[in-house]
Amino acid sequence: MVSSGSSEHTGFTATAAPVAAGPNGSGPVESAPRTRSRVMMACKDIADGFRLWRLAATLGWLDIRLQFSGSTLGPFWLTLTTAVMIGSMGLIYSQLFHLVLKDYLPYLSISIILWQTGLSALILESCSTFTRATETLRSVNMPYTVQALRTMMRCGIVFSYNLVVPIAVFLVFRISPGSDVVLALPALLLWLVDSVALCLLLGCACARFRDIPPIVGSIMQIIFYITPIIWEPKQVGEHAWWLYFNPFFSLLEIVRRPFLGQVPSVTSWLISGATSLVFCLLALFVFSRSRSKLAFWV
Amino acid sequence: MSGSVFDARRVTPGTSSISIRDLSLEFPIFHGGARSLKKLLFKQGKAALTSSRSMRTGGEVRMDRPDGGPVYVQALQDVSLKIRAGERVGLIGHNGAGKSTLLRVMAGIYMPDSLNVSIRGQVAALLDVNSGMNPELTGRENITLMGRHKGLNTSQIRQLEQDVEDFAQLDTFLDLPVRLYSSGMIVRLGFGLATAITPQILLMDEWFMAGDFHFRERAEKRLSSVVNNTDILVITSHALDVLEEWCTRLIWMEGGQIRMDGPTADVLAAYREDTQTPESETAQNPADAP
Repeated sequence: MVSSGSSEHTGFTATAAPVAAGPNGSGPVESAPRTRSRVMMACKDIADGFRLWRLAATLGWLDIRLQFSGSTLGPFWLTLTTAVMIGSMGLIYSQLFHLVLKDYLPYLSISIILWQTGLSALILESCSTFTRATETLRSVNMPYTVQALRTMMRCGIVFSYNLVVPIAVFLVFRISPGSDVVLALPALLLWLVDSVALCLLLGCACARFRDIPPIVGSIMQIIFYITPIIWEPKQVGEHAWWLYFNPFFSLLEIVRRPFLGQVPSVTSWLISGATSLVFCLLALFVFSRSRSKLAFWV
Repeated sequence: MSGSVFDARRVTPGTSSISIRDLSLEFPIFHGGARSLKKLLFKQGKAALTSSRSMRTGGEVRMDRPDGGPVYVQALQDVSLKIRAGERVGLIGHNGAGKSTLLRVMAGIYMPDSLNVSIRGQVAALLDVNSGMNPELTGRENITLMGRHKGLNTSQIRQLEQDVEDFAQLDTFLDLPVRLYSSGMIVRLGFGLATAITPQILLMDEWFMAGDFHFRERAEKRLSSVVNNTDILVITSHALDVLEEWCTRLIWMEGGQIRMDGPTADVLAAYREDTQTPESETAQNPADAP
């Protein structure tokens, strides 16, 4: 346990004051300039990650392929299972609630897809962003953001396989959303931004606290019921303004309304924008603080 | 290849350096529910376990945190070193002395933003046999991923694939999932892949000497061509003859600290004296077995 010969041989002397930089991040590390540089390093990580987008895309695609390796239909199972679910749900609910199938099924199909394989899947998958890449994180020096982009890519692929179902429903019932559908594009772009933010935010949090994924799972279950997904906002009548207190309602509306041939309300867009901004800032805060410790957590 | 993250770290040849100042590194161990939210939310004074101060395999384990937080393993303690371009450094020490941890610090995996660590130059690390390979994917797909990681374009990836294919001689196995490979085959692929692109700083853990005799011969030939073109080489090994052959400087690690640092011959002599093992035994490489 004797430390000898190190500085003599190399002719190297420690000039700077010793900095206690344990991965626990406590102690004298918490000074202002250090914090700024942490945020800078996090931004650099994010930029480097985006420059490796080809790698992230390949990883995301291979994830999907591995998931269905050996199956004949492959990822088309995603489409098929969703089609079966939408079909049966549409039939049963329209009977139970006495709704006209032609009115209800298009609404249900697009809502369910946007929620289940869109927002909800994104949030649930983001929890395992870093925990499922343990081997890589421990042995390869790669920007952490690549893992976030990989998760985003994977969710994006699953989403697009599922989006076929509502499109088919629209074709069957000969409903066209008209030119308003292009308004869904900026909204989907906002979702992509949110997804990267959530992957960094929840990915870090869940790597440290393994109890968070099930908590997130139950919260998403609750949100599924309080958000108009299988029911319509008009069903709550004059109390519909309450729905805006749920940011997920707005996030859903800005994508869903264009598909139904309507223009989403400005309020929805404002709330969505603000929510996304909060996500991004939170993500930057958490990610910059967790980045140097992630290799120890996973 | 321009504009890739890998290339961005390249510095003028001959100016690569690794410098570590007073680095201490503790591993938080979140076992037995220590990682849970409950533990954090209901922080209570736990019965303080007195930590053992005796010499042991691995770093010192500390469980006497007053806040009942996670257990910490002191993996590195006050490590200071500076490696300049042209140096071939070997790390020796007993199991758990902190060699691999130090290598991971140099690779930028642990504590990438620490102010105490400054790494200049393009780093490639052969840290474990799988080196981030996905066992479910085929060898070829893993090569593609590696190429993408280094920011290569598609035609450069084809070149890389050809190069690794020629070297590893895995034939049809290259199109099978890596999990079906024998450990020797994984080493062939991993080694071929890691040495296909010449880095400025090459970090290698001891696994690289596995593989059968013929492979070792070819591996050494390939390695020496890579090593001759790198600025800095850092390897860890228990095979003293390998270190003697490759290194100009040895760093002897013990209990997370540097015990001795100097020219290969000096450190080896002291190390042999300390371990008091007959040379014939220490020179034997456990990975020799086919």
